[in-house]
Amino acid sequence: MTAPKKKLKVATTSLAGCFGCHMSFLDIDERLFTLLEHIEFDRSPLTDIKTCSPDCDIGIIEGGLCNAENVHVLREFRKNCKILIAIGACAINGGLPAQRNHLQLTAILEEVYHSGPGLANGMIPNDPELPLPLNKVHPIHEVVKVDFFIPGCPPSGDAIWKVLTDLLAGREPELGHGLMHYD
Amino acid sequence: MSQTFTLDGKSIPFEDGQTIMQAATKAGVFIPHLCYHPEFKPHGSCKLCTVKANGRQTASCTMRAMAGMVVESETEEINAERRALTQMLFVEGNHFCPSCEKSGHCQLQATAYHLGMMSPHFDHFFPNRAVDASHPEVLLDFNRCILCSLCVRASRDVDGKNVFALSGRGIKTHLIVNAKSGKLSDTDFSLADKAAQVCPVGVILTKRKGFAVPIGERSYDKQPIGETVEGR
Repeated sequence: MTAPKKKLKVATTSLAGCFGCHMSFLDIDERLFTLLEHIEFDRSPLTDIKTCSPDCDIGIIEGGLCNAENVHVLREFRKNCKILIAIGACAINGGLPAQRNHLQLTAILEEVYHSGPGLANGMIPNDPELPLPLNKVHPIHEVVKVDFFIPGCPPSGDAIWKVLTDLLAGREPELGHGLMHYD
Repeated sequence: MSQTFTLDGKSIPFEDGQTIMQAATKAGVFIPHLCYHPEFKPHGSCKLCTVKANGRQTASCTMRAMAGMVVESETEEINAERRALTQMLFVEGNHFCPSCEKSGHCQLQATAYHLGMMSPHFDHFFPNRAVDASHPEVLLDFNRCILCSLCVRASRDVDGKNVFALSGRGIKTHLIVNAKSGKLSDTDFSLADKAAQVCPVGVILTKRKGFAVPIGERSYDKQPIGETVEGR
């Protein structure tokens, strides 16, 4: 009897994202069973494990950086994962949250909590447990080295499957026409 | 007997006065480009169409073809430079494809797909550029302008209206509307103008027509830009 092949540890997280990329990941449907023959999930919303093991093989990051906690989590992933993958428009160029970048953060908070229509006695949240928002939303490659990118909003299940199977087979991931989308 | 040059080893016939781009297009060979349009005088500014002609880099939209010339285009070296130029265009503006009406029909996006651009690589500028919604039929979203000057050339050379111009120099170059107020509604611009049809990206948009074509049926969903006739 041969010893079972060691499974690759995969960690995933959503930073300033909408979990759409994670939903799309689940869209690989029954191929998840095939995938689970080769990988096991570490820190991920799918397992509810809160911190990365120090020996993760692949980290998959959805979403960009809009607050201090996002930066902290991203650095934890980079430190613990051999390969880091940015998944989706927000991780790659900031995406929808980055469309606040031409506005002053103070002006946004002011409008959302004080001066917007229908607000009375509003208060800008200031609980010390809340992570501080960043002045601008940044894509993750502006803070850590990112090894691979899966563009799309979200990338299709097929695109995610293609990249993961390419990586598992030791190939450079490549998305051709039809799988490569920025939207 | 027509004259020929070679493009990536393939013999391409040309007529006197034709550029490398014109001859290649006629022969059905795609060379990536953004500021070139077959109906207009070349501008030679985007540099996406750069090729190596007899060992020297040059813009193929402005370089005249010569008999016996050896031209390289689809090489890893040249495509890497084209990819870097495209990445710079993406980070200089605000190119949020998921919320852009031009997505799927956009030449910048399709060219980035063609070049295998997986990320913008550089740090984003996130510039602050206002939109101009003053015109009843057309919206101008300057966030996506890549300064190809096609609208400038179309308005000046075809429409005879001079509605658009590029102003400023270097990194400060930007597209302006030729009216005292700077607003499109204060010009004689109309939807029937050639200038309304030539924008390769999502700057000049027809109002009330957004997202009319479903995903999967848009221009570049059906075929990649490299396989479209005349690259458009």
